[in-house]
Amino acid sequence: MNKMALEGITVADFGQAWAGPHFGRTLADMGARVIKIESQRRMDVIRGLPPWPKDTVPTPNNSGYYNWLNRNKLGVTVNLTTPRGVELVKEILKICDVLVENFSRGVMEKYGLDYESVKKINPNIIYVALTAFGSDGPYKNYVMYGRPQIYISGLAEVTGHPEIPPHPINISWGDPVGAHHATFAMLSALHYRKKTGKGQHIDLSQWEGLINLTPENIMDYTLNKHVRTRQGNRHDFIAPHNAYKCGGGDLKWVTIAVENDAQWQKLVAIMGNPEWANDEKYADSLNRWKNQEEMDRHIESWTSTFDHYEIAHMLQKEGIAAFPTLSNRELTEDPHLNQRGFFQVIDHPDPEMKGKKYDGILWKMSKTPGKIRHRAPFPGEHNRYVFGDLLGMPQEEIDRLTEEKVLY
Amino acid sequence: MSEQALTGIKVLEFANLVSGPYCGKLFAELGAEVIKIELPVKGDDARRRKPFAGNTPGLERSGLFSYLNSSKMGITLDPKTQKGRSIFLELIKDADILIENNAPMEMERMGLTYEILEKVNPRLIMTSITPFGQTGPYRDYKAMELNIYQGSGYGMISTACFQEPVPTPIKAGGRQSEFGTAQAAAVATMCGIHARDVIHAGQHIDIAMLELMAGQTESSLQHWVLAENEMGGISDPVVQPICPLPCKDGYFFLMCVEDHQYDKFINMIGNPEWNNSELFANRFARAQYVDALIPLLSEWTMEHTKQEIFDMGQAAHVPLAPAYNSEEVVNDPHLAARKYFQEIDHPVIGKAQYPGAPYRLSETPWRVRSPAPLLGQHNREIYGNRLGYSEQELIILSQSGVI
Repeated sequence: MNKMALEGITVADFGQAWAGPHFGRTLADMGARVIKIESQRRMDVIRGLPPWPKDTVPTPNNSGYYNWLNRNKLGVTVNLTTPRGVELVKEILKICDVLVENFSRGVMEKYGLDYESVKKINPNIIYVALTAFGSDGPYKNYVMYGRPQIYISGLAEVTGHPEIPPHPINISWGDPVGAHHATFAMLSALHYRKKTGKGQHIDLSQWEGLINLTPENIMDYTLNKHVRTRQGNRHDFIAPHNAYKCGGGDLKWVTIAVENDAQWQKLVAIMGNPEWANDEKYADSLNRWKNQEEMDRHIESWTSTFDHYEIAHMLQKEGIAAFPTLSNRELTEDPHLNQRGFFQVIDHPDPEMKGKKYDGILWKMSKTPGKIRHRAPFPGEHNRYVFGDLLGMPQEEIDRLTEEKVLY
Repeated sequence: MSEQALTGIKVLEFANLVSGPYCGKLFAELGAEVIKIELPVKGDDARRRKPFAGNTPGLERSGLFSYLNSSKMGITLDPKTQKGRSIFLELIKDADILIENNAPMEMERMGLTYEILEKVNPRLIMTSITPFGQTGPYRDYKAMELNIYQGSGYGMISTACFQEPVPTPIKAGGRQSEFGTAQAAAVATMCGIHARDVIHAGQHIDIAMLELMAGQTESSLQHWVLAENEMGGISDPVVQPICPLPCKDGYFFLMCVEDHQYDKFINMIGNPEWNNSELFANRFARAQYVDALIPLLSEWTMEHTKQEIFDMGQAAHVPLAPAYNSEEVVNDPHLAARKYFQEIDHPVIGKAQYPGAPYRLSETPWRVRSPAPLLGQHNREIYGNRLGYSEQELIILSQSGVI
């Protein structure tokens, strides 16, 4: 058996929805022992979100979203509205190196699980609070979701077609961005702890993390007072640079980016030297950039007679950056991703969920590869293991606490 | 200066544009020593990318470069020359980490593969960031941000939720795939650092932008695998309003996932009579009649500015936010209260505000230590003081195009 990068590290994961659980998932994929803490009173919201297997009734265990984010974790259920429940969580925290939570501000405090309280029982813990706006400042209690967050980050204003509203990306991009920033900060803090024994608190605002990823937009203003807006798929100085409609259905596109005159000449040759392409209007970078709207219509009349993969392979052979705009189905069937072993099948007792493919480990480590060891936990599935085997609680007590809806 | 979390970690960065350099920046600003290697004369391509200070191009005037490379040292070196390669290997001997984002074929041509570097320094963690990875049929394919962003599923997902006919897929503003991969590469590299305590050796990390992005599509792939819903997988919301709305001076995004959130919004806009209609009785009904709902909501929203709507909405606990432009982000009072923006004084660009700390570490704070290096700024320090080359030798190395 291969060793894993983060073996020996134990994490208490109070994560909800995407950002928090993504943090825990990365660590679990790399070998950490991650204990997901939920309650039947308040289960992770994504247990109730699509996708579900076709023609099935949703249960707390068959959401694709939940299973995608919580593989490799242990699951416990503890009722935090009972004092005993809070005590039991504190017992878990005593054996943890890391705590992560992304509740609304004040929730952890309400249960007496804020950093100051947790530090009293585990002084060296690394405590990670992922929030929309951070732990202080006038918006600290504002309510937020992924799409409005794309709006307020300034990213939506520079995303999309100029003639329609700012584009929210349709993905809660601030969540994985926040999660990865937080994971990096935590692993750095853990490195520091190995040297000094000191833990610490990490305060992360997803909003700020997103702004970090848009310096071109922000600094065009801070340097030049220039306010950018939407420009479709256009590049600052390269053209062609767009998505072009292809054949084989209504929803097929290929993206093409031509960086210089030599590549342009090759593209013209591949297109069969059409007459329009020899016009002065497209002879050099500046002219192509200025006349790109008209040029793009010409190019699209050519691409629309081919399959999007076919175009990409033809252009790549000549060293031109081109790639099909893949659907979720095409991604799962893509030969490159499959050959690299990007997908992994996860076992599951539910016949509708059994043997399904998931997008796998996000990077390949040559000597300590990440892996999917097991599926996401059912609610409270590992109560017995965590409280009994790890914390040494007698079986009868676990049964009693379950009966009393403390382990619930 | 107090110790930072990564003080003592030594990073070599042989990387261009965004994906490698943002990764290096994350290390540098938590205290690692990052030496950035650029090609002589030409330098990093980010030096030729907008925005330029005063809108004037110049190798030392790019805001993007200056942002991505603060707190690093910079040297020039051409590892394609024989002497350049041997100096590269000397630097590798003393490094914990190599971050690179060159084409796999290029690294092979230069004789700088992991197999070779591992022999020079068995504890080295080499992190390679490429569009498609170190293996597989597309390994040597070229890609820009546009190709990866749209190819990864984000392109098709961008076409959902809007209108008929389906608009051309878009790329998000800037370089989100490159930045997203850079962050993940930093996480992966730290996993490599921790793994050294387990296996007592370095290793090679292969991170592909396409996989990183496709693996962060909010379970879109499971929408196909489980639910057999092709295309983006994220389709029109089943509840409404979850949509952009126009207002007096732009747009804002309203996200009423729950009925009580919508009720609060309706209360805020003065309980208009039309809302008593059965069509808007609950969130599912509103999804069905969203085309009728939006013009009615817009009657009120068009009378108010996005700032007014933001303030009133959040006071009423309605999840909504304005479409800020860059100016509004930079002038926001919350970010000012948290001192988010960071002033950096660059010798050519001068003083300017930059995006700041992406996280607050209570014990070992994030910190900008220096502005981005001028091209070859630290040649004398690294080659002279550390590697022991004499003034005369440096002149020859420079004249012959090695440094």
